[in-house]
Amino acid sequence: MSRRVPLEGSFAAAEAAKMADVDVVAAYPITPQTHIIERLSEMVNDGELNAAFIPVESEHSAMSACWGASGAGARTFTATASQGFFLMHEVLYFVAGNRLPVVMAVSNRAVGPPANIWGDYSDAMSATSTGWLQVFCANNQEIFDMTLSAFRIAEDPRVLLPFMVHMDGFTLSHTTEPVILPEQAEVDGFMRPYVHPYVYDPDRPCSYGYIATPGLYGEIKKAQDIGIRETISVIKEVWKEFGDTFGRYYNPIDTYKTDDAKTLLMVVGGLSETAKVAVDKRREQGESVGLLTLHLWRPFPFEDLYKAVEGAENLVVFDRAPTLGGPTGPIIGEVRAALFGKRNDMKVAGILGAFCGRNLEVEQFEEVIVRGKAICDSGHQDMVETVGIRG
Amino acid sequence: MAKNQVRPPENPTWQDMGFGNIMAYAGGSKSYRTGDWRTDRPVVDKTKCIKCGMCWLLCPDAAVKQNEDGTYEANLFYCKGCGICVNVCPKDAITMVEEGA
Repeated sequence: MSRRVPLEGSFAAAEAAKMADVDVVAAYPITPQTHIIERLSEMVNDGELNAAFIPVESEHSAMSACWGASGAGARTFTATASQGFFLMHEVLYFVAGNRLPVVMAVSNRAVGPPANIWGDYSDAMSATSTGWLQVFCANNQEIFDMTLSAFRIAEDPRVLLPFMVHMDGFTLSHTTEPVILPEQAEVDGFMRPYVHPYVYDPDRPCSYGYIATPGLYGEIKKAQDIGIRETISVIKEVWKEFGDTFGRYYNPIDTYKTDDAKTLLMVVGGLSETAKVAVDKRREQGESVGLLTLHLWRPFPFEDLYKAVEGAENLVVFDRAPTLGGPTGPIIGEVRAALFGKRNDMKVAGILGAFCGRNLEVEQFEEVIVRGKAICDSGHQDMVETVGIRG
Repeated sequence: MAKNQVRPPENPTWQDMGFGNIMAYAGGSKSYRTGDWRTDRPVVDKTKCIKCGMCWLLCPDAAVKQNEDGTYEANLFYCKGCGICVNVCPKDAITMVEEGA
């Protein structure tokens, strides 16, 4: 029997890693670390989890240790946030390029300066092209479900790529919500053994991380890019199997009241639940509005986007990472680029806000919808608009 | 999943690239001629060499080999011509000579 228990988002990620029976957790244990690693270190210490816990001296070393552990055939997990995530950055590329299925939970936080500890997607948006598969979670149940299924997807022989599970810093990572935990036997039945075809083995030596000249690099990167794009079918397949096993189904883009909607709001992560209430309120005012929650960030779900916006005229994308000197927010820009040439009739407005843990109330999401629609109607979609910022 | 090649073909396409930054064989650098990076080559005066092995020990590329008579010289297939051996030789037995000169 599954159990419904109150859990912080951090603890939900730690529980998923434990139930997936990880072999190695390598992490830097000080700020900006979260309770994810604190809980896992307790589990290892108390004998609840039989894993090697490597407390390293920096996030660069954390990801390097994960690289080695995963290459040696160990199921590997780590977690970080904000500045620590940045310190990992160089190694993120190597883990992906070497096709190692490390799973990492990222408690998304704003990046300094100014020094801060609150949530937005500034850290996550720096890692778009690292070659990691990435999802954003909307609640603590999703954090558990996404972390567990991340191991299955990442370690699938057709995938073998690292996987980032993004959660809103503090609003999810440090907030307690009811989470349904399955029985260990159910999880064991869902998981598969991790076998890397080129595991580090002195009896079968290979060359890892070789040098590439200008005559090879482009071919290698194109192969890597296509390899990542092709994983979307496996991601959907595993999420379907997850749903059949545990009763909760996931999609690259979740839709809410979109069937007849002329204007769609697109949101990522935990704020999508507030946005749902705003959509309901605008509908009470007679507006034809629906909500898209972008769940899968890498690979980008192009076909799911085209399907989700069918029949709609306006798309208002809400972004939670400041773009300094750029045309729009990171998600707005990608969504526009994805629709360009495919849906040139569609008007796409972008609004940024909720930086660094700034709360966004239902009324302000209603404002996002109303102003976004007005921007679409005005034809001035090039503006970088913000909500909830004084002045 | 693509099967990784033991040796990639000449001018491989992206489809030939196999799986990750991995080649399914070891010792690739052994067949990689780094000697053609060189502009100057070290030449050992065997009459001055006292067989101390400093050049062998400190060569950053392990490109110095010992001869049958106990003296040392660079393996020019790998030697990049950095000149460290010239600097560490206590008897000034090694000089750099310009390639092609």
